[in-house]
Amino acid sequence: MALYSEKVMDHFRNPRNVGIIEDADGIGEVGNAKCGDIMKMYLKIDDDTIGDVKFETFGCGSAIASSSMATELIKGQPVSEALKLTNKAVAEALDGLPEYKMHCSVLAEEAIKNALDDYYSKHPEKRKEHSDESGKL
Amino acid sequence: MNIYADNAATTKLSRKALEEMLPYLEESYGNPSSLYSLGQKAREAIEKARAVIARCMCASAREITFTSGGSEADNQAILTAAELGRKAGKKHIVTDLIEHHAVLRTLAKLEREGYEITYLPVHENGIVRIEELEAAIREDTCLVTVMYANNEIGTIQPVREIGAICRKRGVLFHTDAVQAVGHIPVNVAEDNIDMLSASAHKFHGPKGAGFLYARKGIRLSGLIEGGAQERGKRAGTENVAGIVGMAAALEEAVSNREANAEKLTALRDRLIKGLAAIPHSALNGDAEKRLPSNVNFCFEGIEGESLLLLLDDRGISASSGSACTSGSLDPSHVLLAIGRVHDVAHGSLRLTLGDDADETQVDEIIRATSDVVTYLRGFSPIWRDLTTGKKEFIL
Ligand SMILES: Cc1ncc(COP(=O)(O)O)c(C=O)c1O
Ligand SMILES: [Zn+2]
Repeated sequence: MALYSEKVMDHFRNPRNVGIIEDADGIGEVGNAKCGDIMKMYLKIDDDTIGDVKFETFGCGSAIASSSMATELIKGQPVSEALKLTNKAVAEALDGLPEYKMHCSVLAEEAIKNALDDYYSKHPEKRKEHSDESGKL
Repeated sequence: MNIYADNAATTKLSRKALEEMLPYLEESYGNPSSLYSLGQKAREAIEKARAVIARCMCASAREITFTSGGSEADNQAILTAAELGRKAGKKHIVTDLIEHHAVLRTLAKLEREGYEITYLPVHENGIVRIEELEAAIREDTCLVTVMYANNEIGTIQPVREIGAICRKRGVLFHTDAVQAVGHIPVNVAEDNIDMLSASAHKFHGPKGAGFLYARKGIRLSGLIEGGAQERGKRAGTENVAGIVGMAAALEEAVSNREANAEKLTALRDRLIKGLAAIPHSALNGDAEKRLPSNVNFCFEGIEGESLLLLLDDRGISASSGSACTSGSLDPSHVLLAIGRVHDVAHGSLRLTLGDDADETQVDEIIRATSDVVTYLRGFSPIWRDLTTGKKEFIL
C-alpha cells in the first residue's frame, strides 16, 4: 500500500498555484518550523472573488499537496465560498489523507482563513458582507 | 537507476544465507527439541550457528543467546542488569541521549519503576565524552549502556575505553552493536564488553533473528516464559532457518568486512564532499568516527519527507529524521541531541550505502539530492525568509 493516494502524489509532484503575489490583498502564514510544516498563502481579491491565489510551503508531502488542493478549491470562487472551506473538504478532494497527516489539511484551511483575516483587517466592511452571504449559501 | 541507500534500516538477504536457510525450511523442518533425527538435525544446525557466531565475536558459544532481533536483545540485556542491580541495592543506570528506542523505552520503563537514569550528552560530534561517562558512574550504578554505533548519524562510540572504565569500576557494560556488527571490528573480549546486542537483518541476514552476547557468569533474566529453549533464558521454538541464515550472513560479512569498509569509506567521503557543496547544508555527526556506509545531512529551508518522496521518484531509497516521516511532532532525538534546532532537524537526510555501491551511484545521489533540494527551496517560505534576510541562516 502506498503512503499517499494518487491524488496526493499528483498535487505533491505538480503543485498548482505555487509562488507569491507581490501586491496581494491578503497574506496568511500558519504553522511553525518547530512542528515541521509552514504554509504561506497569498490572495488577490477582485469583486468579492478570489481572483488569484498562490502559496509557498515548507513541509511534508501532504502539506504541499494540501496547500495545492486548497488553492485549487478556492481559486475563482466568491470569497463567501472560500470562507466555508474546511480541512475535511481539502482531505476529501485529495482522496483522503493518513490519519496522522490530517493536521496538514487543517493548516491549509487555517492558512486561507488567515489570509482572509489579513484582507479584512484592511477592508473591515467586507467581513460582515461576506459572512452574511456565506451564511445564506 | 535504482539505488537502495537505506542499509541502516535493513539490508538485502545474502544469497549464501538464503541457500543455507532453505534446507531448514524445506527438508530439516523438525523441532530442535524433538529427539528423533529430523529434530536433532535442526538442533545441530543451531549449535553450529552458535559456534560460528561466537567465533565471529571472539566469544564462546555458551555466551550467545538467540533472540528475535536487536530490540529483544536490548530489552533482555538491560532488564538483566536492572534485576542484578536491584538484588544488590543498585538502581542507577548510565546511558546517553542518542540510543535506539529499544534501549531508551526500556530505560524509561525502569525509570517509572524507581530506577534512576543518567543520560549523557553527546556534543556536536555525536560522541560521548569518556571523562563525563566516568564522572557519571556512582556507587549504586548497576549498568552502563552505550551503543557501539548510532543508527542515524553513524557515529562510533569509544566502546573499548568505556568498557575499560566499567571493568575498573565493577559496573556491567552493555552495548547495542546492531549497526556495528559485521561492519566495523567488534571483539567482545578486547572491547571489555559484558553484554552486546546484534540483529541479523542489518548484516544481510534474515529479519526476525538476533542474538545477545552475555559474558560467562552473567545470569540472564528471561523475558518470555515457556519451554527450556536457550538454556531456559528464551522460551519458544527456535527460529532455525533464521539462526542458520544469521550465522552464514555474519561469517560472510566478517570475512568481507575490511574490503567493504575500505571501499565504502572512500565512497562515503565522496558523497559527503558532494553534498557539502549544496549551500547551507551540514554533515551530522563526526566526519571520521563514523560507520563506513553512513552519511547524514541537514539542508536548511526544506523538510525531509518531501525530499525523500522526490528522491524515491528518482529511484533512490533513503530516510530522514524529520517529524513528518515518523508520525510524531518532534524530529529525531539524535539530531536534537547533537544540537540541531527543530527548523534544521526537519530537513535531514540519511543515506546508508550498500556493499554494491559505486561512484556512479554516489554521483547520481549527489545530483538528485542537489536538484530536489533546490526545487523544494524554490517554494519554501523559510528559504524565502532566509534569502531575503528576514531570518538568519543557521547552517
Ligand atoms: C541501533 C539499533 N538498535 C536496535 C535496533 C532494533 O533491531 P531489530 O529491528 O532487530 O529489533 C535497530 C534497528 O532498527 C538499531 O538500529
Ligand atoms: Zn506534515
